[in-house]
Amino acid sequence: MISKEDCQKIIDTAISHATGKADGIEIHVNSGLYATSRFANNEMTQNQAPDTTSVSVRTIVEGSQARLSSDKIGLEDVKQLVDNAITVTKLLEKDPKLLPLLGPQESTNNLVNRFDDKAAYETAEQRAAQVQTIIKTAKADKLQGAGTVSSGHSFLAIANSAGLNQYYRESEAECSITMVAPGSSGWAKAGGPFMKYVDTEAMAIKAAKKAVSSADPVEIEPGHYTVILEPSAVLDLTGDFWYDFAATSHLDKLSCFLGKVGKQVLGSNITIYDDVYHPLQSGSPFDAEGMPRKKVCLVEKGVLKNLVYGRRAAKEFSVEPTGHGLTEPNSRGEMPRNIVIEGGNSSLDEMIRSTNRGVLLTRVWYVREVDESKKIVTGMTRDGTFLVENGKIKCGVKNLRFNESIIEMLNKVEMLGPTQRTLGEESSPAVVPAMKVAYFNFESTTKF
Amino acid sequence: MLNKEAERALDIATGLGASYADVRIIESDSQSIDTKNHRVSGVHYGASLGIGVRVLFKGGWGFAATQDLSAKGSETVAKMAVEIAKASASCMDKPVVLAAEPVHVAEWNSPCGKDPFAVSLDTKIALLLNCAKSMLSVKGVTLALGSLEFIRDKKYFASSEGSRITQLAYRSGCGIEAHASGNDDKQKRSYPNSFGGQWELAGWEMVERWNLPGNAQRVGEEAVALLSAPACPEKTSDIIVGASQLGLQVHESCGHPCELDRALGQEINLAGASFLTPDKLGKFQYGSTLVNLVADATEVGSLGSFGFDDEGVEAQRTFLIKDGIFCGYLSSRDTAAAIGLKRSGGDMRAESWDSVPIIRMTNINLLPGNAGSLEQLISDTKDGILLETNRSWSIDQLRYNFQFSTECGWEIKNGKRGRLLKNASYGGITPEFWNACDAICGKEEYVNWGVPNCGKGQPEQTMWTGHGASPARFRNIKVGMAHNV
Repeated sequence: MISKEDCQKIIDTAISHATGKADGIEIHVNSGLYATSRFANNEMTQNQAPDTTSVSVRTIVEGSQARLSSDKIGLEDVKQLVDNAITVTKLLEKDPKLLPLLGPQESTNNLVNRFDDKAAYETAEQRAAQVQTIIKTAKADKLQGAGTVSSGHSFLAIANSAGLNQYYRESEAECSITMVAPGSSGWAKAGGPFMKYVDTEAMAIKAAKKAVSSADPVEIEPGHYTVILEPSAVLDLTGDFWYDFAATSHLDKLSCFLGKVGKQVLGSNITIYDDVYHPLQSGSPFDAEGMPRKKVCLVEKGVLKNLVYGRRAAKEFSVEPTGHGLTEPNSRGEMPRNIVIEGGNSSLDEMIRSTNRGVLLTRVWYVREVDESKKIVTGMTRDGTFLVENGKIKCGVKNLRFNESIIEMLNKVEMLGPTQRTLGEESSPAVVPAMKVAYFNFESTTKF
Repeated sequence: MLNKEAERALDIATGLGASYADVRIIESDSQSIDTKNHRVSGVHYGASLGIGVRVLFKGGWGFAATQDLSAKGSETVAKMAVEIAKASASCMDKPVVLAAEPVHVAEWNSPCGKDPFAVSLDTKIALLLNCAKSMLSVKGVTLALGSLEFIRDKKYFASSEGSRITQLAYRSGCGIEAHASGNDDKQKRSYPNSFGGQWELAGWEMVERWNLPGNAQRVGEEAVALLSAPACPEKTSDIIVGASQLGLQVHESCGHPCELDRALGQEINLAGASFLTPDKLGKFQYGSTLVNLVADATEVGSLGSFGFDDEGVEAQRTFLIKDGIFCGYLSSRDTAAAIGLKRSGGDMRAESWDSVPIIRMTNINLLPGNAGSLEQLISDTKDGILLETNRSWSIDQLRYNFQFSTECGWEIKNGKRGRLLKNASYGGITPEFWNACDAICGKEEYVNWGVPNCGKGQPEQTMWTGHGASPARFRNIKVGMAHNV
């Protein structure tokens, strides 16, 4: 990847070259080196370390805009990219709602420091050592281990001809493990900007325990059950929910919350923020136009309090932008990126002890929205699904398909665990708690 | 010039002890245009050029990639790939072995009737805004979206075994969507297909052939009509699955489970494994005897076609399911060798130069049957539901339990198409479903539906796949369950 100094040269070159030819230019530079070691059947199957940098320019000419991107990053290539962008922009009709480029902003980088040399510069040998630790645990339990060990670092720079100049770098370490037994499996995943998030040995033991304890799963009748959702299940169940809090989804009549700002929409024990500054969060403290992100309370005690606004939608609603805009130009406007669901004091054990009959879900899989108005999603349980009876885990169960409204689910939460940094396999990381939910709808079973 | 860097990377990798190495240099250009109601909501051009080096060292894989195509860049990336492979070798019980493949020195170009990059931006924008005007002319349409996208890939492949392959591919996609919102309900209709429209290995001629403007008003009318349509009842019913929806059914319930890396457990951490395990090969009754499915990377103009895959294996057409029996896998050189196959199926592809090749679907096609046209099949159906255009899809990690929703359904009563139905869905268990197939329409209804966004791998890659299908009938299938919670 390139240095911060080389990144600045690209930015300076682009702005200088556009001066006098375009009314404005915005430049994004993304650069990263992120390595992933994959293993399965207790062997390494893939091992890679791509080094990538891309440059993207948005030019504005007489009220029109277009974006061109490239990973050709030589300074002459960048000049050519700018010329091409201007040529394309001149072909477009004027956009009457186009906003001027954002001016200089106060840096919020001092509020987040998410760079850890150990995560950023981990070697292939060090990743292999982690894989060997996981394989050793798998073999000790006569299991097959599979998963990934990843690490690296990246930066994002956004600058424009109006004087904006934002830069943010972050490291990342991540580990995902599936332990496979005949007829059952267990899973664990963790990660974040710091190596301390990843304890491969503890994760391997946790995943192995789930695989072993869910062996010989029994089939249960589909129907409505009390469910105990581990945080990863909460994360992936709610992954399709967050665009409904984007102001543009209200303008386009796509949100399930049309006309419901200020109204009770979820249970009174549910409070949700978008907060990039939360100590367990990750990601840049500015949006794709360089606007600093604000902490936004989306839901307070079940009441829909606020939406998030990019600059364009903010103007439509005559409010201040919240710093959640997507890369311009786009159709979707903005998006909450740093979800924090407030937790409670109940441990997973307490949730189990308080359940007469229910199902404990480690994670969910292939969650897809089937009804945009009611926010019904479908999906499957996976890698550690257990029957709870009389306050105890009784046995593993064969996996189940659910059809459940997320709005209804968040109105039926009986207990909340402490909120924690959580990774899933289909949604961006977030800070969410475990939940005990009543009357969760399982539609059918599968063969394993 | 760039080929020289490929040779340099190969020399360095093998000089450092790699027993096998391959290099891909890929240059891509893309253009996308999006419209939202009466305005252009996005114009984006992309360009990409880089080199990816994959090596085997003492039986372990290593891969590194960079866009630095200088002598220093190719040297560095080759060395890094070997270093990574050395680390992999420390985590291997047995070394990777590759199935044999002839050395190929070849050039391959995809068909392209009209270069889409030569068509003016004005023409493209006018086409989409014309569609928006037609959709929005329908009272009740609340959002009209349109998209066009074009990609040109030039790829050079070189391996330490001597293959030297140059390929040029044009891919084009087009689609429109009309949304209607009202009475606490939201419905949409898409054309030619949902989630990105239709995609082909073709040029601008495919956009003209699909005639978006000629279908825009109908799409708007159907979206609005769905708001007041009765809901699909929850029951067991005979169903006819429309061709594009059946294409996705093939993708999810046949294509993915036939991937040999999944069947061997290599993808179990994310994408999942497969119920089609090697012990079932050649004897498992996957579907009724009418069901014949092929993996065909040679089908002209279809999105999943190519000349050679990303480890230099020539494109092939092979049966996955023949007369209902599971008989073949999608494979790579290492997975083929792992189960004793003589040759890879030629299914290894990478999203870009910075991605490692993995087993991907090519064109997974359901061969046409003898049930004639869709109208003939409807007339042969006493009581059922016709399901068209995907709205959502989900399937378990072994690819047994699936549930699909479609944008719309139509009642079939006494051989005639009846009322429009909203919130249609169906589901089941894959082999039970395909064994319930009792009629497949003929060639006249056959379309290869391009899927531009199949996700797989870690980090996730997307891939272009194609799925040829004609509408087909399935007996006694559960419908209407998705919206009844």
